Amino acid sequence: MREWLRDREHMVRMGILFAGALAVFLVARAVMVPKDFGTYGHFRTGALADNMAHPLVFAGRQACGDCHDDIVASRKGSKHEQIGCEACHGALEAHASADDPSALKPKLPDVKTICLVCHRENVAKPAGFPQVDPKDHGDGGPCTSCHNPHHPEIS
Amino acid sequence: MEADRREFLKQTGLLLVLTGAAAQAWDFVLAGEPEKAPTYKLLDHWWAMAMDIRKCIGCGNCVRACKTENGVLLEPDCFRTWVERYHVHPDDPGHPEVDSPNGGYGGFPEKYKAGDGSKNFFVPKMCNHCAHSPCVQVCPVGATFESPDGVVLVDKTYCLGCRYCVQACPYGCRYIDPRTETVDKCSLCYHRITKGLTTACCEVCPMGARKLGDLKDPKDPIHDFLKDHMIHVLKPEMATGAKAYYNGLDGSVR
Repeated sequence: MREWLRDREHMVRMGILFAGALAVFLVARAVMVPKDFGTYGHFRTGALADNMAHPLVFAGRQACGDCHDDIVASRKGSKHEQIGCEACHGALEAHASADDPSALKPKLPDVKTICLVCHRENVAKPAGFPQVDPKDHGDGGPCTSCHNPHHPEIS
Repeated sequence: MEADRREFLKQTGLLLVLTGAAAQAWDFVLAGEPEKAPTYKLLDHWWAMAMDIRKCIGCGNCVRACKTENGVLLEPDCFRTWVERYHVHPDDPGHPEVDSPNGGYGGFPEKYKAGDGSKNFFVPKMCNHCAHSPCVQVCPVGATFESPDGVVLVDKTYCLGCRYCVQACPYGCRYIDPRTETVDKCSLCYHRITKGLTTACCEVCPMGARKLGDLKDPKDPIHDFLKDHMIHVLKPEMATGAKAYYNGLDGSVR
């Protein structure tokens, strides 16, 4: 009987120790794990909003067309019609969202180099894509002396 | 008193009619900017990317735009998207020569000659936004996850920088940002697609070689793209549920 009691003493001590550890764990967990953790999976739901909060740098062609509808119209039917404005003109959200966009006028692309970003000859480019070696094509002047970048076909 | 009653009825009516998300949107409607209201519904989208290798010209516009839009360091080992050039010789198609000078940031200076019988093409690469991502499975702290709309994102406040996910990604799409010592990767421009815009890389691709698609939107052209072409994903044997769909993907591409 005394044997048994001594053993029980051990069990009770261990039990108290475990219960204490469990309580510390539960309190720590409640304090440390954010409320929105686990709503959609094993992550903090607020991380979605964090990712959404990144600022825009490219405005998107829709924003360009809102004001520059004349340019959109002039590109109709051209081989360059489907190209986004910012592909050549660069990131322009700062211009598009400015109170006075004309105060933040974007720099015009350098026509001596911008065309060759796409059209310089390279064997890895798909066959049929118009490519030139600037040494053999044109007379060394800017491409715009013959081609209109918004409607590059020469009729 | 009369005005108070009117005000009360108006407020009550608004409360009844505009609940939840619509009530939030009302502030923007009153401000005269209804288009800026948070109308994005998390569970109505399942994002994917359609890429056409037959169209890619290796101009590097996507690489530059991605770095600009997302503030990615210009260092040559920090990329959220990059372009590879494959040079496959018919005598040894299993061992292609692959290069990606600075990820294709400055384009690809001519290296090969036409007419040597080789096959040359560009492959744009980025996070495949896998539905069963190995990177998500290994993260010990829940800092990287598949969002309910199918985008693999990083919670930078949780990331320990332990690099397990960098090793787990079979596509090499992750790197450690030396500024924060946390992992960085393509977010599929989550800040753009949730506002109805396309990703920066898609926005500037002059060939339309990469197109963002919403697989839950039955009207999205990606369904035609997937139906009308012979489509492949990278490393299908790894069963990652990759959602970067390639047209014209050569067997030599790794």
